[in-house]
Amino acid sequence: MVAHESRQGGPGAAAGTGGRRLGWFRGDDPFIWLCAGAVAFCLLMVSGLMGLILVRGMTYFWPAPVVEFEYTAPGASSVTLAGEIAHRQLVLPEQALDAPPAATGTHPERLLLKTGNRRIYGQDFRRIYSADLQNARYPEELTVFQRTEWGNLYGYLEALEVAGVRRSPDDALLQDLIARGADLRRQLRRLERGEGGRINGALEKLRLEERRLELDEAPADDARYVRLAEQRRTQQERYKNLEGRVGALRQQLERDRVWVRLASGERVEQTLGDILLAYRPNAMSLPQKLGFYLRGVLKFLGGEPREANTEGGIFPALFGTFIMVLGMSVLVTPFGVIAAIYLHENARQGLLTRLVRISVNNLAGVPSVVYGVFGLGFFVYFLGGSLDRLFYPEALPAPTFGTPGLIWASLTLGLLTVPVVIVATEEGLSRVPHSLREGSLALGATRSETLWRTVLPLTIPAMLTGLILAVARAAGEVAPLMLVGVVKLAPSLPVDGVFPYLHLERKFMHLGFHIYDVGFQSPNVEATQPLVYATTLVLVLLIVVLNLSAIYLRHRMREGYRDPGT
Amino acid sequence: MTPEPEQNAAAHAHVALPDPGSAPRDGAPSRPCIETHGFHLYYGAKPALKNIDLSIPERRVTAIIGPSGCGKSTLLRSFNRMNELIDNVRCEGRILIHGADIHAPEQDVASLRRHVGMVFQKPNPFPKSIYENVVYGLRIQGIRGRRHLDDAVEHALRRAALWEEVRGRLHENALSLSGGQQQRLVIARAIAVAPRVLLLDEPASALDPISTLKIEELIFELKSDYTIVIVTHNMQQAARVSDHTAYLYMGELIEFNETSRLFTQPREKMTEDYITGRYG
Repeated sequence: MVAHESRQGGPGAAAGTGGRRLGWFRGDDPFIWLCAGAVAFCLLMVSGLMGLILVRGMTYFWPAPVVEFEYTAPGASSVTLAGEIAHRQLVLPEQALDAPPAATGTHPERLLLKTGNRRIYGQDFRRIYSADLQNARYPEELTVFQRTEWGNLYGYLEALEVAGVRRSPDDALLQDLIARGADLRRQLRRLERGEGGRINGALEKLRLEERRLELDEAPADDARYVRLAEQRRTQQERYKNLEGRVGALRQQLERDRVWVRLASGERVEQTLGDILLAYRPNAMSLPQKLGFYLRGVLKFLGGEPREANTEGGIFPALFGTFIMVLGMSVLVTPFGVIAAIYLHENARQGLLTRLVRISVNNLAGVPSVVYGVFGLGFFVYFLGGSLDRLFYPEALPAPTFGTPGLIWASLTLGLLTVPVVIVATEEGLSRVPHSLREGSLALGATRSETLWRTVLPLTIPAMLTGLILAVARAAGEVAPLMLVGVVKLAPSLPVDGVFPYLHLERKFMHLGFHIYDVGFQSPNVEATQPLVYATTLVLVLLIVVLNLSAIYLRHRMREGYRDPGT
Repeated sequence: MTPEPEQNAAAHAHVALPDPGSAPRDGAPSRPCIETHGFHLYYGAKPALKNIDLSIPERRVTAIIGPSGCGKSTLLRSFNRMNELIDNVRCEGRILIHGADIHAPEQDVASLRRHVGMVFQKPNPFPKSIYENVVYGLRIQGIRGRRHLDDAVEHALRRAALWEEVRGRLHENALSLSGGQQQRLVIARAIAVAPRVLLLDEPASALDPISTLKIEELIFELKSDYTIVIVTHNMQQAARVSDHTAYLYMGELIEFNETSRLFTQPREKMTEDYITGRYG
């Protein structure tokens, strides 16, 4: 990777004068070694970080075997438990004071076991020294139930109850019922989100219209009030109808149940509608595990978070990051390019332009949280507040644009990254050969025609380079976003089927903030730790994909506009 | 200048051939095309051209020779006001082209440059296709018709003696051409906008001898239709291609005469020293 071709000052060359060792230091070799060492160190750091993220992030979805064992807690009777080994750790002897006598002395191994069954045991995880695991075994019948709430359930399938009829345990039937539950939940969601959302939107619109009438001081007997009331009644009827259908679906969802016997002996009754997935990791073959793994990855990327972000997918965050970066690019590119054109082509070069240039460069060094504060003060409160007063007075005091949202986050990040675009574009403009400008002018083109037809096309690769840098910076930024639009859990995506389809005023989720929230603000830290790695991996990959596409675009542009002959 | 300021678009697409009746026969005196009267040019405070009085005849080749830094290129670039692109340039005196003052306030620079085409020392084709290079000036003028453009491209490339070499690959990148071909493409590009005057700034100095020869043949071909002013530091070239020669030294016009006279019986001692190689 790090080749050094020129070795003129090799040991042999310097050996003539002084000692051999001193000669080596005087030659070129030490410097080359120093540079190569620095590069190697950087590579090591980067690959170490990426490796950690990759290994921890990628293994999360693998169906870990479930171990069943007997365990005697100090001062308690023996109990049988089952769980996945989430993490193995060697503990320092000084810290392992509670280790079992068998493991004292050297570094005992401590396991983090996900025993699940939070409703019964009160906790998801246990730390147990591996020496305490007695009679560890991997029974094939042990089933893992993933639930919509209360986390995983580990146990043996004992019986099923389908529409009030008790049935013997049957795996095929169980899977069918889970599929039915998934289908019902999908329908329910569509009803609540789709139609429910539309009705709510319509009702809100009616409320605002009425408020507008009041603000306009329409007389109380205005015919429009009557019309609004009528419309409201229609919507309320629709809502009642919807409620009925939702209730029926819920009943369907709660129809069946399953009995599970835990390893510790308790019997748990579980509504089947709440089960997302049931599988037996100990009985799975390798291809089955692979399939499970891939489905898990897809669900993670495409799913919504559940249970305070400790489970489920990250799609809203992924999508929010993407839309935000896209919005920022759309805003920042024209602005930065126009500014750079003015600075380089039109402005008289002098003290003032130099000052502007220095200020622009220094802007890139301002802490990003300062931009967040500025964005909150200027964009959200001032601009958004003014917009609200001008165009949405009926919604006040509830703000429409005068609250953190997607557009303000994109604008703030645009402000943060515009210096990068300006500097890169100016660089590109200065690289366009003077002879080409003269050639165009000599053909009777004006300065602006020359700019549009000859200079700017040649500058596109440089603009894209600036955009790449801007995107990489913006996608990984968190601090300013917390102030201007990112939330822990957004109720809806910024893009949906309701006019105007792109809702720039909505709050959104962001991968960077999601990492912070899941990793450090979570009620269940052990459960979310692998999620942090997986989310980080997705964020890094997203940035890589965005960069690669810009690089590809730049490459395509360069094909068409190579530097003129030298 | 701009004798026909409102030419219609179609006429622009073709090279406007001058009226054959007015074309001078070889040797006959020609009326002046470019006249300078007491022209001075300063870079900041430093004078680059001093009191130039010159009358360049129409449809002839006029060479400007002189040692490096004598102001040849500056003088050439004054004819289409390219010097204005440089900061701190100031000029005095008048330059008339076809009797019209090019510094007159009503004179539009873009239209002046359309009528006074220019070819530079280093070939500078745009990094576009051959076709797009030739039609560049026409597109600027807003000419769209596909037929017109096609015809104009063929005409210009034929005039520039490049057509046979590139007819099959008009849509390839112009940068794939050789240096000599690129320079002829640049000449074709200038011809396509139907100028009356062609300014050539050392057009062959970056080329090999064979390409140079082709350019010189081309200049010979073109002089029946265009007034050509060529700057060159190669005296043999000036002697070969030009009808008139101007010798410039330190921003001053030392001598201007028919080439055959200037090279055989120079009036000035300085000219003689230069052309015989005792100076420069």
